[in-house]
Amino acid sequence: MTLLDLVIFLPLAAFLLILFLPKEHVEGIRRFSLVASLAIFVASLGLIGPYWFGNPGKLAFETDLPWINSPAIRYHVAIDGISLWLVLLTTLLTPLCVLVSWKSVQKRAKEFFAFLLLLEFGLIGVFCAFDLFLFFVFWEVSLVPMYFLIGVWGHERRIYAAVKFFVYTMAGSMLMLVGITYLYNQAGTFDYAKIMAGLQNGSIAPTYQEQLLLFLAFFIAFAIKVPLFPLHTWLPDAHVEAPTAGSVMLASVMLKMGTYGLLRFCVPMFPVAARNCSGWIVTLAIIGIIYGALVAMVQPNMKKLVAYSSVSHLGFVVLGIFSFTQQGFDGAVYQMLNHGVSTGALFIMVGFLYERRHSLEIDAYGGVATPTPRLATAFMITMLASIGLPMLNNFVGEFLVLQGTALVNFKWAVFAAIGVILSACYMLWLYQRVFFGKASAEVSALKDLDLREYAICVPLIILMVWMGTFTQSFIPSISTSTAVILGPVDAKRDVHVHNGLPAALRAQRSLSLAKEQVDAR
Amino acid sequence: MPANFAPTAIDYLRILPEILMIITGTLIMVLEPLIGGNKRNAFTSVTLVGFIAALVAAVAANDYPGLSFSNMLIVDGFATFFRVLVIAVGIFTVLSSSDYLRREHAASAEYYALLLFSVAGQCIMATANELIMIFIGLEISSIATYILAGYLRDDKRNNEAALKYFLLGSFATAFLLYGIAWIYGTTGSTNLGEIRNFLMTGGSARNLTLAGTAAALMFVGFAFKVSAAPFQIWAPDVYQGAPAPVTLFMSAGPKAAAFAVFLRVFITAFGPITNRWEPFVWSSALLTMVIGNFAALLQNNIKRLMAYSSIAHAGYVMVAIAAHNQVGVAAAMFYLAAYACMNVGAFAVITHFSRQGEKYVNVDDLAGLGWKQPVTAALFSIFLLSLIGVPLTGGFFGKFYIFKAALDANLVWLSILGLLNSAVAAYYYLRILVVMYMHEPGESTLTLEPLSPGIRTTLWAAALGTLILGIFPSLLLNFAANSSGLGK
Repeated sequence: MTLLDLVIFLPLAAFLLILFLPKEHVEGIRRFSLVASLAIFVASLGLIGPYWFGNPGKLAFETDLPWINSPAIRYHVAIDGISLWLVLLTTLLTPLCVLVSWKSVQKRAKEFFAFLLLLEFGLIGVFCAFDLFLFFVFWEVSLVPMYFLIGVWGHERRIYAAVKFFVYTMAGSMLMLVGITYLYNQAGTFDYAKIMAGLQNGSIAPTYQEQLLLFLAFFIAFAIKVPLFPLHTWLPDAHVEAPTAGSVMLASVMLKMGTYGLLRFCVPMFPVAARNCSGWIVTLAIIGIIYGALVAMVQPNMKKLVAYSSVSHLGFVVLGIFSFTQQGFDGAVYQMLNHGVSTGALFIMVGFLYERRHSLEIDAYGGVATPTPRLATAFMITMLASIGLPMLNNFVGEFLVLQGTALVNFKWAVFAAIGVILSACYMLWLYQRVFFGKASAEVSALKDLDLREYAICVPLIILMVWMGTFTQSFIPSISTSTAVILGPVDAKRDVHVHNGLPAALRAQRSLSLAKEQVDAR
Repeated sequence: MPANFAPTAIDYLRILPEILMIITGTLIMVLEPLIGGNKRNAFTSVTLVGFIAALVAAVAANDYPGLSFSNMLIVDGFATFFRVLVIAVGIFTVLSSSDYLRREHAASAEYYALLLFSVAGQCIMATANELIMIFIGLEISSIATYILAGYLRDDKRNNEAALKYFLLGSFATAFLLYGIAWIYGTTGSTNLGEIRNFLMTGGSARNLTLAGTAAALMFVGFAFKVSAAPFQIWAPDVYQGAPAPVTLFMSAGPKAAAFAVFLRVFITAFGPITNRWEPFVWSSALLTMVIGNFAALLQNNIKRLMAYSSIAHAGYVMVAIAAHNQVGVAAAMFYLAAYACMNVGAFAVITHFSRQGEKYVNVDDLAGLGWKQPVTAALFSIFLLSLIGVPLTGGFFGKFYIFKAALDANLVWLSILGLLNSAVAAYYYLRILVVMYMHEPGESTLTLEPLSPGIRTTLWAAALGTLILGIFPSLLLNFAANSSGLGK
């Protein structure tokens, strides 16, 4: 049993324990959840060890045990440089979500915290599973607690939002299940590493048409989760109706399941199909970037604004992945983490405002900075991070993505950059309308951050600065892992995708391609 | 070769479960007039003892596999699997019924006797190796079930259910019998193995056509019994009208037994002419899933909703039959066991909740159950999530295994459409979860009494079964895979 197994199963243990606590002891349950989730976070910090002090790149903390004999399903978990940070993001945000819900969740608190921990279990599992079936199991398991979090503790239209969220995701994952099973019937294993090896050495050789359909089966499931335009319509509903902790987990971690899936499974397993579809996908991603930003701009509701900004930000991640460049991949992963930290923080602070003023409408605010200067400061830093100000985290990710994209097709980068500009528009405008101006009587009475709220904001803000300045803590481990994924993708490159390459690079690539073809003969 | 008509001891051992159940049932009917009204609870215990003895006998008989009674019966893993399954369903039906019957002032011994006869019939179906035996088992099971469906004889809906079930059921059985006659005329045998041999070797084109027609006629009979489209019309009315514990029984026991003979006849006897029936089963499977799932979306009565859901689930099992490979048979077996667990559990909750006169059977009546009786609601949620097909439940694994078999058999489109269907299905199961957890408790929920011991036992056992099948499917899957070699 490795540390990773502990990190995966502690949330489940905590979930089961909470079920046995008496529901009257709300205070005790809250404290227990906080202590448990903090303990999980501390344990998960140990996972960094091999990546900071050792040899990053290969899988670490690997456990491979048989679970079901026939069909051969294995409990195969491990982490690489991509999984590591997503796991840490999950374990960091869970205690913060417990703290966020400390006061706002009074009703049915026991079940709330229990579901939060069950959600953590599912999410951590998704990022560590190296068996396709196990991945699917965790993928679906994470769906149930989130459904309840939205549906029970959400706002007015919570039921509609919860059901929509569930059915959308379910439809996608059913296609993925067909894909996984089809692949199993060809490969005889669900094991990711074996399938990858088989696909590369040709012992598993689906025809191009099969590859394309398999790619699409996986891709649609992930694209719904990301969500990629035009499959994004569940997202504003779910985000707006969810309680703060739900929105945070949804935006910061759950959306990453989609992009993680694209990067881990979709692209490396079916590189040729991915390349051939990339034109369409990039177009959709760019539409998402610009459309999300434009729609965010006109939202009267703060949460909806942040939700649409997620559509825009996640478009960058998809763009980075489908640029098939080292920088694009690194930027995409980095942007996943950045978005997790800064959008999570934005949702948390919108939640703070809601707890104080009981409204999500921007019109209900104005001049908030006067009574609550500290909240205003924290919000400003987060907002600037989200826009992509240098020295803060999002800048690094967006820069890498744009750089990677520009290498492939300069026009794409230009269009995507429009999204960055628009994000400055809607965020600054939001900040202006909420925090500046003359404070009305109700707004003047608002209290500033208390100790609990500090404890939530400060770690996230530190992280934003850290990730914006000391990228060396993160990028090397990410790069080595993305390079492993990029390898087979690059080997199967196809000419016509590269029409937009700078001339020198294009010449070089076509040369190596020609060489490859000669080798193949 | 002259048949040996003198049964040996081992022959009797092989049908000991049926013998035990028939004896218990007859005993109960004889004793009822002799025992006074206030001691009638004793019948519950006697029935349980009878069932448990039969269960033990069924497991024990598995150690003596083989043909008996002149090849009319066969005891193999497949038969044992379904015998244990239907007897277990019988046990849980008894546990869930006793309070219901008392509540409706209808506690009498004949209910239990009918239940025993019905399960005995299903056991005969599971072990039958010959078309006449199948027919006899089917009739024993069906006739008892027709009466059970109309058990509360003063209740209008019960009467409607029983009459509908009886008339349509007899009609369907006639088709089955006609099919048997055709196959006997064509092949000169009613033994499944001999039919198979005939079709493999001595089949002229005309004979094969005749056998195909027989298969079509028998398909009608079986499809009716498993409520597969286009012969599913009876199911919603009967499920809604029958007493809740009887619906529990019908949706799990007779259905599993009907699928057992369906599989045995079509895989063993009609195995050689697969290409003739596969398209029909394929279309029927798809149609069943679509009708079941889409009609369930519109239901408010929870029994009717579950009836359509049960149609949809029959469709999934039909997918496994359409795959007609060994994995498919194992998948169907596993799925029926998982389905029995989750459906028995779900109907036990409905039985518990409906109260006297089945007053509360609308989905909306369940409002706030999650906060009034958290344990009941949590167990119900497990069953619903399993019916949706969420991982770590038996329902998911069963579904996965079925569609894996379908993909093995290259039924790619059927798999895709079937799985998308289950996304549609998520919607109506979620509605129940929504009502339970996201609405405030209403009058129907606030007046709810605590669980009775019988129903509590059923719920926990079913939930445990659902989870075990979902987390450690190998326990059952290996057995199913080893016993799925029909017609070999």
